[in-house]
Amino acid sequence: MARHSSAYQRGAASPPWGRRSAAPRGPVDGAAPAGPAAPAALDPATPAAPSYPGAAPPPPGPLDAWGMPGANGAAPAGVPGVPGAVDPVGAPGQVGDGGPAPGSAVVIQGTGVSKRFVSYHNRATSLKERFVRRGGPAGDDFWALRDVDVTIGRGQTVGLAGANGSGKSTLLKVLAGILRPTSGEVSVQGRIASLLELGAGFNGELSGRDNVYLNASLLGLSKREIDRLFDSIVDFSELRHKIDDDVKHYSSGQYVRLGFAVAVHVDPDVLLVDEVLAVGDEAFQRKCLAKIAEFRAQGRTILFVTHSLDLIENMCDRILVLESGSLIYDGNPAVGTKLLRQKLGSLPAEGPVSWEYATVRPQSVAFSPDPGGLPMVQYDPGERLTVSVELDVTEGAPEQIYLHTYIVGQSEVPIWMMETPPGGLAVGPGRHIVDFSVPHLPELLGAFAVKVHVSDATTGAPVTTRRFEELFGVSGPQADGLLKVDYEARLRG
Amino acid sequence: MSHLADAPLPAGTPTAPSPQQVGPGPGQHAMDPSRLARRSRAQTRVRWELLRNLVRKDLKVKYKGSTLGFAWSLANPMLLLVVYTFVFQIVLKSGIHRFGIYLMSGLLVWNAFSGSVSSACGSVVANANLVKKVRFPLAVLPLSAVGFAAVHFLLQLLVLFVVILILGYNLFGADLLLLVPAGAVAITFTVALSLLVSALNVRYRDTSHLLDVALLAWFWLNPMVYAFGLIQTQLHEWTWVYLLNPMAVVVITFQRAIYDPGGGSTGSTPVLADPGYTFYLEHLAVAGVISLVLLWVGLHVFRTMQADFAEDL
Ligand SMILES: Nc1ncnc2c1ncn2[C@@H]1O[C@H](COP(=O)(O)OP(=O)(O)OP(=O)(O)O)[C@@H](O)[C@H]1O
Ligand SMILES: [Mg+2]
Repeated sequence: MARHSSAYQRGAASPPWGRRSAAPRGPVDGAAPAGPAAPAALDPATPAAPSYPGAAPPPPGPLDAWGMPGANGAAPAGVPGVPGAVDPVGAPGQVGDGGPAPGSAVVIQGTGVSKRFVSYHNRATSLKERFVRRGGPAGDDFWALRDVDVTIGRGQTVGLAGANGSGKSTLLKVLAGILRPTSGEVSVQGRIASLLELGAGFNGELSGRDNVYLNASLLGLSKREIDRLFDSIVDFSELRHKIDDDVKHYSSGQYVRLGFAVAVHVDPDVLLVDEVLAVGDEAFQRKCLAKIAEFRAQGRTILFVTHSLDLIENMCDRILVLESGSLIYDGNPAVGTKLLRQKLGSLPAEGPVSWEYATVRPQSVAFSPDPGGLPMVQYDPGERLTVSVELDVTEGAPEQIYLHTYIVGQSEVPIWMMETPPGGLAVGPGRHIVDFSVPHLPELLGAFAVKVHVSDATTGAPVTTRRFEELFGVSGPQADGLLKVDYEARLRG
Repeated sequence: MSHLADAPLPAGTPTAPSPQQVGPGPGQHAMDPSRLARRSRAQTRVRWELLRNLVRKDLKVKYKGSTLGFAWSLANPMLLLVVYTFVFQIVLKSGIHRFGIYLMSGLLVWNAFSGSVSSACGSVVANANLVKKVRFPLAVLPLSAVGFAAVHFLLQLLVLFVVILILGYNLFGADLLLLVPAGAVAITFTVALSLLVSALNVRYRDTSHLLDVALLAWFWLNPMVYAFGLIQTQLHEWTWVYLLNPMAVVVITFQRAIYDPGGGSTGSTPVLADPGYTFYLEHLAVAGVISLVLLWVGLHVFRTMQADFAEDL
């Protein structure tokens, strides 16, 4: 699933929102702009092809109630795709934020990073055991990270979020070079300043002053450089009166203040921060956030873990969401935070996710008289119409899916509905086309659009919904009005 | 789907500068790849400056503002000198002339060695908080323990020289130059063993206990309170086995360099191993090779194990 995230990054280079797709898309001339995904650019043969069509969702299609029974539970847990509930917003400027902009330097690169913690019981903790008892049964090992791919470019501010125990701190430590990944590669360019779990690396027996020197010196600064920065560090931490006290007597807020002050003053290229701002008072938090914003403006790379999703929405260009050690989302903060809120139960979990992030994506719709025939958009009553819905099914999709296809008229009024046979359709990963054929069109007048609902046929849980912009017309014989009705007009009296 | 519309829209919230403004353009923060690589290396390679700062820090912590404490740590061996001279020369009547000087010339370097190794052994564990929080070249921890002991050793040696001069014994001569190769072997061996035990001790915490016992026994495998001649008369042609211990070679070389037995040797066994130089240089060469092999092992073990330090601590 980590592969998906990189696919996402590659996909992020797709045309920005609002730009009309250059790819020829079916017969619908004059239809509304195509979605950001240009299906012609996708290679259906390779599942790793950009499966996420850019960070910018299309114009909001109204999502309405389904009228489906037992609509609960989003996509099944552990879905390797990106079951994200998307808010159909996204500033045009945020298109490129799923990965480093092309041509910009990659500062943090992790490929296939996994981390297994070996259970304490399974390993020798003394030389005596090492030689007396050889290799106990393997088991109880815990995978804290599973095949995480992450590429962070210069100047990005990235938020790392996830539930407790999802592996955020572990990922940060692996990227900081403090933990060795069990498999996978990590490379980080430049000076890393890190504020990992529970504050900085201080030696409690030393005074604040000595700790500042020690820490900065470990990070690669010379004595002269530290002398020059020292006052500024102390001023930032506002701990001048405490600086010669032993750090073990500091309050936890003071400890973090000093740690943060050092970390931001050592001129880091990469700043890794793990949920440390929470213990600072509000004034200090503001100061830290201002400093982070300044770093951001200077083009430094920041990766921070926080449980404050609002903060991520406000500060970050990008969010990484971890779940049980897997990277389940990488991209737009607004989308990622919403996904996480749903996962954490702070947003109702039921309801479909936006189609771009669903496991079954209705990619396109086409109209033709016969299945697979030449596309046509204008029909006369009595003619045959085939509505062909193209589905892109990824790993983790329900085995049996159910499709409801609504033909909608003006003001989204449903005209009629067509559904798949009971029991649903069995679809594997890949591209599928579902044809709905109407042998004789009724005597309607107007232009009609199509709305597709996908649900899990076994549970009935909604998967996604998409309203297509493409239209087809039926030119009934009536002068006006949707239906042709037999009537008489007579003058009485 | 009301809940989807409920979520705060980023468009409505105050946003930080858009990523396009900070993008890859030439920001205030200059970053060319070679500079980045250099700074990356600075966090993973052992640097002299860092080592110096750490040793300075250790000294500062140990003698927190008390110069008296520092002076005491220098005077301490000299006090030993007096006590041992009294016990061995006057009470036990050992056959070694100027016993105090003889003892000190070997004991100082042994103390430096055993002090280094045992404090290096706990160095990584003692700095767990740093190891788990900061990326830095971890080898500086055992190395700074060696540095700390080395500083004391050099100063104590200086004090010993002063005492020897005050007592009016011979000190300066060509034999003093033997200190250079002996010192080199001693430092190599000490660093090698320090790296090895500090790495092992992180995962196998009983290493330090075993080491303490080993050092206690090892002490007697060096001719410091007895004369080397005793070994030669006991072991005959097997003396070379005894000299496989690099510290024994270092100790006898230090004695040859510093200790002046004076004219009247009272005992029948010679105190010094050999009146010449080549004997020492040959054995130092062997000890040097052993030390280098151990250094390779130590570095290898440390490098392999250091990646897991943060996890094992
Ligand atoms: N040294 C370790 N040995 C064994 N298991 C560990 C170790 N460190 C972390 N874990 C486990 O790995 C998982 C991920 O831990 P991690 O600290 O990365 O979570 P987190 O996402 O930072 O959570 P939080 O939000 O609570 O900070 C947890 O289940 C934790 O128990
Ligand atoms: Mg954590």
